Amino acid sequence: MKKTSWIAAPFVVWMAIFTVVPLGMVCWYAFTDGSGAFTLENIKTIAVYADYLVDSLVMGAIATALCLLLGYPLAYIMSRASWGAQQTMMLMLMLPQWMNFLLRTYSWMTILENKGLINTFLGNFGIGPFQMINTKGAIILGMVYNFLPYMILPIYSVMEKINGSLFEAAMDLGANKLNTFRRVVLPLSLPGIITGITMVFVPSVSTFVISQMLGGGRNMLIGDVIERLFVGAAPNYNVGAALSLVLMVLILISMAVMKKFDDGEETGGLMM
Amino acid sequence: MSENIISLKNISVSFDGEVILDKLNLDIKDGTFVTLLGPSGCGKTTTLRIIGGFQEPDSGDVFFGSERINDLPAHKRKLNTVFQRYALFPHLNVYENIAFGMRIQKKSEAEIKAKVSEMLKLVSLEGFEKRRTATLSGGQQQRIAIARALANDPKVLLLDEPLGALDLKLRKEMQVELKRIQSQLGITFIYVTHDQEEALSMSDTIVVMNHGVIQQIGSPTDIYNEPENGFVADFIGESNIVDGIMHADCDVEFCGSRFECVDTGFAKDEEVDVVIRPEDVIVVPREESGLRGTVTSVTFKGVHYEMYVNVPGEEEQWIIQSTVAQEEGKEIGMTIIPENIHIMKKYTGDYAGDDE
Repeated sequence: MKKTSWIAAPFVVWMAIFTVVPLGMVCWYAFTDGSGAFTLENIKTIAVYADYLVDSLVMGAIATALCLLLGYPLAYIMSRASWGAQQTMMLMLMLPQWMNFLLRTYSWMTILENKGLINTFLGNFGIGPFQMINTKGAIILGMVYNFLPYMILPIYSVMEKINGSLFEAAMDLGANKLNTFRRVVLPLSLPGIITGITMVFVPSVSTFVISQMLGGGRNMLIGDVIERLFVGAAPNYNVGAALSLVLMVLILISMAVMKKFDDGEETGGLMM
Repeated sequence: MSENIISLKNISVSFDGEVILDKLNLDIKDGTFVTLLGPSGCGKTTTLRIIGGFQEPDSGDVFFGSERINDLPAHKRKLNTVFQRYALFPHLNVYENIAFGMRIQKKSEAEIKAKVSEMLKLVSLEGFEKRRTATLSGGQQQRIAIARALANDPKVLLLDEPLGALDLKLRKEMQVELKRIQSQLGITFIYVTHDQEEALSMSDTIVVMNHGVIQQIGSPTDIYNEPENGFVADFIGESNIVDGIMHADCDVEFCGSRFECVDTGFAKDEEVDVVIRPEDVIVVPREESGLRGTVTSVTFKGVHYEMYVNVPGEEEQWIIQSTVAQEEGKEIGMTIIPENIHIMKKYTGDYAGDDE
């Protein structure tokens, strides 16, 4: 092990330059004022942005829940399909991902606009127009659309490993479909669910592109606030860094809670 | 005699036009150890899966006692299965694996606890409750799978080649263990294997199958000593199968010699298969028998020597077993007592050796 550890050197250098150093800079900015003196003012200031923070967490949670509801059954069906069908479904899932993230989100603008595809279509029947773009709903739609594959893939990969004989064993021991799901499929797919939730929740909470394009600047998320503090008309790196730090801590806490939940399930078979 | 607990009537199954089971009829008596024996692809596992409810027959009826259970889903049948690869639940410990069926029946914790310890005792794994299944050896996992199935008090236990993945010594131990558990509980075991030795040592009744058709049903001694056709004779232990002609009752000719036998009821000069077990061949000096051959190889097998003998005019070499070794290249005489010459109708199908 020791002898080959040098092959990790490029990665270590990469991590140092692009993760450790920027993190240190964020911390430095967060705890200093314009002149470079230590202060806690920046952290205190972020109370002003608490509403945006709560909004982001709530919308991220809704998007994650929707992804789970949509993705879990699909992952299950995929994992039990024939090999050919699995490949086809995987392709369908990945195909939109090969397109640029911004372009994908732009296309939703043209669909949801007041004079967009849906409203034009409904207008032919004298219905509408409905306000769809620039709403919270549109932002959540954008999150679900963009991040759904990150929910499906980890769940699919654990489900696919569940041996088919376990389903027969459960049936043999008297379990109907519901019991088989509750006592076998769900607990065995839990690691995938945890990973999926993390992979959707984190980018949803911190997004600013989706909220700008589909929220029209009227529904600012914490990501938008941070972006403005760095590149807006009146930049304030110190408060921006403090806000980033708090967001990161909150995400880390929620990930730790999820992890705890996962571990607890694994050894807690007796509780079921 | 006891009642039939499982009856299969005219069961047929085919996949993609290939016939797996062909109008199979089978009655299994309550409380017996029945083995379905045959080479791979003979339909024995399919038969078991039909009884278990994991597969539907194309036609025919499955009875549990007097009740037709064709439409009863697997989870409602009063039988349990020990799967080939154990199929233990990896997310549950030993205790919860065994408790699985009882939890679904919503039994009380006290009842479950008592049953789990009873089952662990039955399979000699007391104190393993908290262990994770991944930390167990193959033999231990197999025992847990048996305990898990038996914890639901099934009337019939189905076992699908349960010892296939174990090494020889463990397999022998488990054979004894399984037989003990079966007689202790007094329930019906239906056991699937391709291992004839396993079948002979455990079963009350052996069902020999080939190409979806039952070849013979009988006790291990019947099957071994009185095989009904060449396939059974060849599959159950080693044997010499040669062409013969039945000149009259108790008078058979093979390998150019006439022998006295005990079989009757064949047509005059009917062509038959003659089966002789290797251990039934008695070696004598060449002058003392019309049946002669040259020893081509001698292998020490522990209890006996196994020898191949080239008999003039015979395509296949004879295989004989004796506690006395002969020299390679020596010409010997061979005799067989009448009781050990088994005459059978000509078998036209494949022999086990030709199968996959």
